[in-house]
Amino acid sequence: MEYFLQQLINGLTLGSIYGLIAIGYTMVYGIIGMINFAHGDVFMIGAFIALAMFLILTTVLGFTFLPVVLLIVLIVSMLFTSAWGWTVERLAYRPLRGSFRLAPLITAIGMSIVLQNFVQITQGARVKPLPPQIRGGVTLMQGSTENGTILVQLSYMQMIIIFTTIVLMAGFTLLISRTPLGRAQRACEQDRKMASLLGINVDRTISLTFVMGAALAAVAGLMFVLLYGVIDFYIGFLAGVKAFTAAVLGGIGSLPGAMLGGLLIGLIEVFWSGYFSVEYKDVAAFSILAIVLIFLPSGLLGQPEVEKV
Amino acid sequence: MKTATKMKTIGDTVPNWDVDPVLSVEHLTMRFGGLVAVGDLSFNVGRGDITALIGPNGAGKTTVFNCVTGFYKPTEGRIVMRHGPGRQDDAVQAVTASGLKWKSAAEGGVFLLERMPDHEISHKAKVARTFQNIRLFGGMTALENLLVAQHNPLMVASGFSLGGILGLPHYKKAQSAAIDKAVYWLERTHLVDRADDPAADLPYGAQRRLEIARAMCIGPQLLCLDEPAAGLNPRESAELNELLKYIRDEHNVSVLLIEHDMGVVMEISDHVVVLDYGVKISDGPADAVKTDPKVIAAYLGVDDEAEIDVPEIRRDVAKVVAAAEAEKPAARRSAAKARKPAAKAGKAAAKTAGAAKADTATAMKLVGQTKSAKAPAKSSASKAKPAAKPKAAAKARSVAKTEPAAKAASPATSSATAAAKAKPATPAAAKPAPGKKTAPAKPAASEIKIANAGDYPGKQPHGTKKPRTGGGNNLTRIKGIGPANEKKLNALGIWHFDQIAAWTKAEIDWVGAYLSFPGRIEREQWVKQAKVLARGGETEFSKRVDKGDVPTSVPGRRGAAPARKPASKGGKA
Amino acid sequence: MAASDTNKPVVAQRGDPNSMYESVKDAAMAALLAGVLGFFFIGIRTDIAPGGLDLKMRWGAWIVAILVVFAGRLLLNLFVYKTRTPVTRSLSSGLPGSENTLAQVGKWLKWGLLAFAVVLPFFFTIFFPSRDRQFIDLAILIMTYIMLGWGLNIVVGLAGLLDLGYVAFYAVGAYSFALMAQYFDFGFWLALPLAGLLAACWGLILGFPVLRLRGDYLAIVTLAFGEIIRVVLLNWYEFTNGPDGISGIPKPTFFGLELKRGEGGFADFFGIAYDPIQRFIFLYYIIFILALITNFVTMRLRRLPIGRAWEALREDEIACRSLGINTRNTKLTAFAIGAMFGGFAGSFFATRQGFISPESFTFLESAIILAIVVLGGLGSQIGVVIAAVVMIGGIEMLRNLGFLQQVFGSGFDPAQYRMLIFGLAMVLIMVWKPRGLISTREPSAVLKERKRIGADMVAQGEGH
Repeated sequence: MEYFLQQLINGLTLGSIYGLIAIGYTMVYGIIGMINFAHGDVFMIGAFIALAMFLILTTVLGFTFLPVVLLIVLIVSMLFTSAWGWTVERLAYRPLRGSFRLAPLITAIGMSIVLQNFVQITQGARVKPLPPQIRGGVTLMQGSTENGTILVQLSYMQMIIIFTTIVLMAGFTLLISRTPLGRAQRACEQDRKMASLLGINVDRTISLTFVMGAALAAVAGLMFVLLYGVIDFYIGFLAGVKAFTAAVLGGIGSLPGAMLGGLLIGLIEVFWSGYFSVEYKDVAAFSILAIVLIFLPSGLLGQPEVEKV
Repeated sequence: MKTATKMKTIGDTVPNWDVDPVLSVEHLTMRFGGLVAVGDLSFNVGRGDITALIGPNGAGKTTVFNCVTGFYKPTEGRIVMRHGPGRQDDAVQAVTASGLKWKSAAEGGVFLLERMPDHEISHKAKVARTFQNIRLFGGMTALENLLVAQHNPLMVASGFSLGGILGLPHYKKAQSAAIDKAVYWLERTHLVDRADDPAADLPYGAQRRLEIARAMCIGPQLLCLDEPAAGLNPRESAELNELLKYIRDEHNVSVLLIEHDMGVVMEISDHVVVLDYGVKISDGPADAVKTDPKVIAAYLGVDDEAEIDVPEIRRDVAKVVAAAEAEKPAARRSAAKARKPAAKAGKAAAKTAGAAKADTATAMKLVGQTKSAKAPAKSSASKAKPAAKPKAAAKARSVAKTEPAAKAASPATSSATAAAKAKPATPAAAKPAPGKKTAPAKPAASEIKIANAGDYPGKQPHGTKKPRTGGGNNLTRIKGIGPANEKKLNALGIWHFDQIAAWTKAEIDWVGAYLSFPGRIEREQWVKQAKVLARGGETEFSKRVDKGDVPTSVPGRRGAAPARKPASKGGKA
Repeated sequence: MAASDTNKPVVAQRGDPNSMYESVKDAAMAALLAGVLGFFFIGIRTDIAPGGLDLKMRWGAWIVAILVVFAGRLLLNLFVYKTRTPVTRSLSSGLPGSENTLAQVGKWLKWGLLAFAVVLPFFFTIFFPSRDRQFIDLAILIMTYIMLGWGLNIVVGLAGLLDLGYVAFYAVGAYSFALMAQYFDFGFWLALPLAGLLAACWGLILGFPVLRLRGDYLAIVTLAFGEIIRVVLLNWYEFTNGPDGISGIPKPTFFGLELKRGEGGFADFFGIAYDPIQRFIFLYYIIFILALITNFVTMRLRRLPIGRAWEALREDEIACRSLGINTRNTKLTAFAIGAMFGGFAGSFFATRQGFISPESFTFLESAIILAIVVLGGLGSQIGVVIAAVVMIGGIEMLRNLGFLQQVFGSGFDPAQYRMLIFGLAMVLIMVWKPRGLISTREPSAVLKERKRIGADMVAQGEGH
């Protein structure tokens, strides 16, 4: 029971990170109907920026008060990663707007390769470790088994991650449902041509979507750095694939679906690792995706596709 | 096949589609969630006929098509496709009971389409279709489009591709035969010059023709066309008519088409089925359907009902209004003056009818008989015989058409209908119907006798020859009732909100059928509205009526009885 | 920000006296953006140092990068984007511009390339005797990708089903042969058809559950399937030897003759002198013939009802069903046949390398194969060839740019930039020609006159 609870907490933490990345996929998919394969690498970029900024603040400028440092790192990495998201869209996707659907998919894969190799060349291929910055936590429960005592711990780090995710999710839901920007976004999702006829600047709305997705990916990147303490240029691929899986599982195009899918994928991975085998956790996640899609071809919360004859 | 009778409905003969139906749709119901797109629909498509399925937008025509061609699985019902002549009732029963999808015999076969996936319906049952918004293979040439349609025979000829890869001569022969067939249909559709052009490059009319040619290339026995004339100019439309007649006459292919262009429908159709809100409202030869008041009502639409010019109903109304007028208390008379057309008609009728009060019933009976004689093939019985077997139903229907009096004896007629259609003196009709708690002191049978009441499913509601003291309510304050409907309701003896509020399901069905808009009463929730208004309450709609915002209702006349408040708001009018 | 106004057509700038000023301003914005983007990556480098991570500032490189972007953007603005006479126009008029002429050239190119491919090994041994091994090896690699591209073209190009996990079948083919050789001592020629069959079976197994899925759902499930296969190969240590891979995979024999030195070998049997190049030439011809078979079968299938049904499926699945085509079987056939060719290529890969490990079957491989198909032009066989030569050949050529080290100093390794350039090339080619290099479609049956069908009419299928 205690073991189960501990795994649940770990799974939710990991799931939050996946969910934040998945939102980027799902928003982009919702608005222009393409898989932004480079989004996982934008997350990786965010992680690198967060790491570098953290080092600048702590070693070069000598800041020591952690909350302020983390806040500045968060803001800076969101801003700079957004610039990357914007540029990727501008260079690789906007010229293909209204073109055939496979073309932006290929440029997205191309962009993903470019970003990975750019970071590999400029920052080196070796992993970058960062010692854990936020230590400690609260012990929720104590149980004993024949092997000794098991503690159910919720670390401060996990609290921060889950709390931030909830705040960001709430904020984004409000943004999409209440603001003119959100309205413009939903209008573009429904019918881009009509939206532009009604005076919505479609290009800017799409750009902003990429910017928002990238900002969320940056948050996820920072959390990843803090939680795992190790990054390299390749983390974007797997995280991206998992997050995309999460987005599809939840029903691509749906924000709550992305979050739900992220949490599910995180839980599946953690529980599979905890109870069965670490090696096959990816297989478990992907298999469950396949199984869910066989029965619900549009994901858990996706709009079922009506076959118009 | 050639011998398929070209028997059309002449006089009292049983129509071809009931004798030799290539397709029978039986009690088809299709629900999407809570929405009933098609409700208990039954009709036949005669072999060698061109059958038109018409109805206003959203009537469920395309849904029927999609059920027939397997794109939707019907919620309930049976769809039988027959190869070979006759009804083959034994075979149909056998296949239905066996749980098989189809059974082929030497001279034909029976296919239960609701059990078959879409591609088998095309491949085995030989039902071809076209689409409302053209679905050609745009990036393939016209010729290739027609070759794709011959996929299944070519697949066999190519030894399921193995022989084809090895380049066996057998396949080459089959391929050139397929090209010949394609060229034949390209010639028939005047497209042979465009054979090597991509389909997306063709002009709209040519694309429509190509789609028909493609459907013909599967060698169908039934061709389903979804609005083939949509977007065509008159010349193209005329060519289409010729093409369809050619397909019917030279290839013995039965055609089922959805069409909005009445010119096309009336010119080429042997048989017309009319749907409205997923329910069949008329079924028969084109001429009969054209004059069916229900069809006219459905087409002219709900809000324009005041414009409906149906002589029979107008006469009914005039008589009853005149009768009521004769006895009207003074208070009521002044109110009625506001309704000029009604009063005028009433007076005109009164002139000829004199003190017609006693004669009303007989007059109406006469009217009813002429009405059913005029439209002999009109089948209003679609809802009335849910339990009947198709064959029996069809027989009963044809009998009923020729001899209304015998209807009560027909085993297929449901007891409800029998009770409702009973003649004035029949004791069954006098028996009080159970479950009428809301109606205050209401006698059982209506005081108004409608001669052909039994033609309509359900039960005629109770009506009084005249309103209660103080005059009738302004029924136009109910959404869905305009002056013309109010008159018709008055003719049925319905004067007050509480009368409508007390209607049972059977009565609603009956009134709906009588007023030629089955289902509308439920949709517009007349009963619910009437209950509110009978209590003296207001609905959103009645407020608008009182303000004079509703052109099809009569403002300022709040009617007598239930109004608690003075008509302060109505003063505007 | 920066370049938002350059998206407008050139016409808008006509006769603008401030063209120079505009160009500079735009270039400055681009440079600013480059500065922002590059700051944390070019300007700063984090490295592992004894006490944790160390920061290193590289202001020089950062400023150079900004200047390069500024200059590049300015030149582009002056000569392409913001001028009335863009240089690209005169360039493109010099080239065979229109789709049709390109297709015409493609027709002749086809036979030219085929002839060259037939004599290729001898061409290299005669004209480049010192580097023939390297060139023939590259030709083998390109030919492998051509074959994979043709195989995937059936699934993506003809049937219109987006498959992001094609490498799985390549892996199944390779591992089937390797394992058959390891456990049952099967030779290449015996294992080849079996590997193809096994891959086809896997195609069916994958195809079955995903048939109902559309578009991007199909894409992610195929991607997931590819990853599942790789992860299983990686972790099933007892069976596949895990990350260590399988080595000692036998080489193919020439009708029982091994291509080895000494007695009983190929050279000995024919009485010629042994040369290691013989083995490369032999391998080249094997993959060449396999690729030709793939092409031949695909071309034949296109003219058969099944091929037409694939293309019809890509155009409109609902119409297909209304014509009695069993779309489930049709899709499965496409999956299985595509997978089979992937399996053939896989076992060739195993025999050529002599060693395989899960490393060789990452998603990147799938992406490269898909890129070749799309860049070449969906459904176009010759397009795949051109794209494979350009992408694979061009990238491998980067390894040979040793002279650049003289320019940039010895720390510069051009091979490092291979994949970066590969990715950029993917983006640029797609932006330049979104429908691929050869995008017209050849009809599969002709009545009177063979007309090519423009790309704008051809659908890309539900899979995208």
